Amino acid sequence: MVRQVMDREVSKLKNEVLLLGSMAEEAVLSAVNALYLRNHVTARQIFISDQEINKRRFAIQNAVLILIATQQPMAHDLRLMTAILEVTSELERIGDYAKGIAKVTLAIGDEQFAVPIQDIQMMANRAVSMVHRSLSAFISEDEIISRVIPLEDDEVDRMYESIFQRALKAMIDKPDSIDVTNYLIWVAHNLERTADRATNICERTIFIATGELIDISDLSFSISQTPGQEAY
Amino acid sequence: MEISIETRENTSVKYPSLVSLPVLPISNKGLLDGFEIKMEILNLSVFYNKFRALNEISVKIPTNRITAIIGPSGCGKSTLLRSLNRMNDLTPKIHIEGEIKLDAKNIYGKGVDIVDVRRRVGMVFQRPNPFPMSIFENVAYGPRLYGISNRMLLDEIVETSLVKAALWDEVKDKLNQSGMTISGGQQQRLCIARALAVEPEIILMDEPASALDPVATIKIEELMQTLKTNYTIVIVTHNMQQAARVSDFTAFMMINQERAGTLVEFGATPQIFTNPKNRQTEDYVTGRFG
Amino acid sequence: MENTLSNLSKSSAIIPSLERHYIHAKNGYKRRKTINLLMLSMTGLLSLMAIVPLFWIIGYVFYKGGQFINLDFFIQTPRPMGIVGGGVLHSIEGTIIMTIISALIAIPPGIMAAFYAAYYPNTPLGVALRFGTDVLSGVPSIVVGIFCYALFVKPVGHYSALAGGIALAILMLPTIIRTTEEMIKLVPQNMREGSLALGAPEWRTALKVTLPAAINGIITGFLLGLARAAGETAPLLFTALGNDRFEAGRMIQSGLHGGQSIFKIIGNILSQPVDSLPLTLYKYAQQPFAERVNQSWAVALVLICFVLFTNIIARIWVQSRTGKR
Repeated sequence: MVRQVMDREVSKLKNEVLLLGSMAEEAVLSAVNALYLRNHVTARQIFISDQEINKRRFAIQNAVLILIATQQPMAHDLRLMTAILEVTSELERIGDYAKGIAKVTLAIGDEQFAVPIQDIQMMANRAVSMVHRSLSAFISEDEIISRVIPLEDDEVDRMYESIFQRALKAMIDKPDSIDVTNYLIWVAHNLERTADRATNICERTIFIATGELIDISDLSFSISQTPGQEAY
Repeated sequence: MEISIETRENTSVKYPSLVSLPVLPISNKGLLDGFEIKMEILNLSVFYNKFRALNEISVKIPTNRITAIIGPSGCGKSTLLRSLNRMNDLTPKIHIEGEIKLDAKNIYGKGVDIVDVRRRVGMVFQRPNPFPMSIFENVAYGPRLYGISNRMLLDEIVETSLVKAALWDEVKDKLNQSGMTISGGQQQRLCIARALAVEPEIILMDEPASALDPVATIKIEELMQTLKTNYTIVIVTHNMQQAARVSDFTAFMMINQERAGTLVEFGATPQIFTNPKNRQTEDYVTGRFG
Repeated sequence: MENTLSNLSKSSAIIPSLERHYIHAKNGYKRRKTINLLMLSMTGLLSLMAIVPLFWIIGYVFYKGGQFINLDFFIQTPRPMGIVGGGVLHSIEGTIIMTIISALIAIPPGIMAAFYAAYYPNTPLGVALRFGTDVLSGVPSIVVGIFCYALFVKPVGHYSALAGGIALAILMLPTIIRTTEEMIKLVPQNMREGSLALGAPEWRTALKVTLPAAINGIITGFLLGLARAAGETAPLLFTALGNDRFEAGRMIQSGLHGGQSIFKIIGNILSQPVDSLPLTLYKYAQQPFAERVNQSWAVALVLICFVLFTNIIARIWVQSRTGKR
């Protein structure tokens, strides 16, 4: 019976975060799809939806502020509040990545893809799946799954590496495809960053559960270290 | 779990609208539009002898909401509260200027029945003050006052009031025991039940939980939330966090240069505690006061 | 730069050690102990000295009076002088009657006056009340007796139990007023406000809330005043006088037989001169008959028992009430 009010408000917030996550995931998938279909209408729509994403993020942050001021959450509840603030930030960033991909669609026009677009679609699939699952784990505060999901980041990195190599080769073989291929690299880069965001969300979930903020890329450093990635 | 890409022609997906989250009002104009006003205090000034204790206070109390009055010690919060049910009349050499309207009728007007005012505006005090009689008699005291003597009716009223005060389950087997034998938190709920028994419209609470332990305090706070659907509540508290947790609107008072209490700011509670408009309010709420 | 947070967790707090140069306990632990013991013994001895008279009196009276207590003592009226036997029923009845009268006369005005003095201490009447009460408590009881003689005996033409009761009431009044006033002031202002906030008028609050809350102390004060009044002799010399032949039971019986109304019977009883226990003691102790003197010791015993009893009851009552609280 105690703290009914706060529990109610927290579950409302979590719903809103899930919603925001859906919007961001939807935006990424939709952007890649628009790229595949070269659908400029869809691409422009993504810019409009991004405004909604930003609005919702701001509303969630405001609500967290109000909740902290009026309910004075402590311990776990307090960590949850700061984690929500950070996760909404990540989700909004993912929305921006989707926007970036949509921009590419508008810039490309009708030129041929030098790299098979299916690879990019697969990468998008995987990245969005990671986001979706880590968000679910965040809402249910599942620490165990949150330690497992980041391991998939290696696979995404490999996908990126493979696309990158092929793009390089394509640019060398067909110099007039440099523009398009460059854009495609950019799209792949955005998707790789999306997967990183998912990893960050997992880190936040672990933080809520344990109070420790760990940097997961440190853990998998030895496995995924390949040339070309040191920039990260 | 993998997500498959569906090919879509247009992606104007409809998302549910953002109604569930609290929203901060941009300005305070029209803050109380759409709210029924239970009590309106107009230019209230209270004098002890020649000394002005409250200076021209004007504030509206919305119906079925919890309004908190906060401020540093000695700023006149309790004086203001006690004016609302004319308990200040008991203080010698007191003089009131201005009006307090209960449902648009001034309670300090000519020919006003004080007893009726005090029935409609109930009060719960800082230290629980059960009468030296049984729990049953404590709650029945009010109804008896107003002529109800039918035993069955009294039984019903007592039970209803104790249920509303979330105390029934704990005392239903010991209604004949003295009201002094129960714990402090229970005594305070008994006092609330006692106030509810006369069917008030407003409940005034003067620091109701300051004499209680944290668990009892939370019980009182949750009780206030359930009560507000049927009653209007005004609470004075020196505990800012409590005001933030519990109230819908907050009034901040301070002492001015002439040592009189004034109203500095009134607004929605989330706004007062996240983004107050007045510098003094900000200083008080952030603890940088004094 | 070291991490200050980790410092906090590792080291314990460092307090500079107090240099003890200037302040130290004087040597002489033994001396202090001796002084302590001396003081304690002196206190104990003097306390004992204060209690000794009480126990001495009680003991002696029990010894002397106990020999002459028997059942007849309590249920019979006196035999003619010189003859062994008989009792002091008349005195016991007289004491009881006058105590009841004095209680009935003194309590209502006493309590009301106490409320007035407690609620309105700064009005002229309030000030006068408090001052008057203090003065009255110092007036010698014999003066009260003469006053009552002038007002209630002389005009009527005969001594009466009623006049005696009035005199005792006047003597009880200051105690009742003072104790009640104090107890009323002890009731938290909070409680009174709680009743007023519900819409109750002042009188109802006083009657239903303040009075019950203060009742413990009020009753204690009343019982103590009562014990004192029951032991008064001087005022009764001029008002009740004494009456060897008084026997209420007989009066009631004959009255009922004669078809008199209950009021007439009571009026009859009240207008008779009566004896009281202290009065009887006073008279018997001075008589030359051994029997009478012995009986006076027995009366003394009864009186002492009454005082003891009343005090014990008062104490038990308070404890039982506060136990429930």
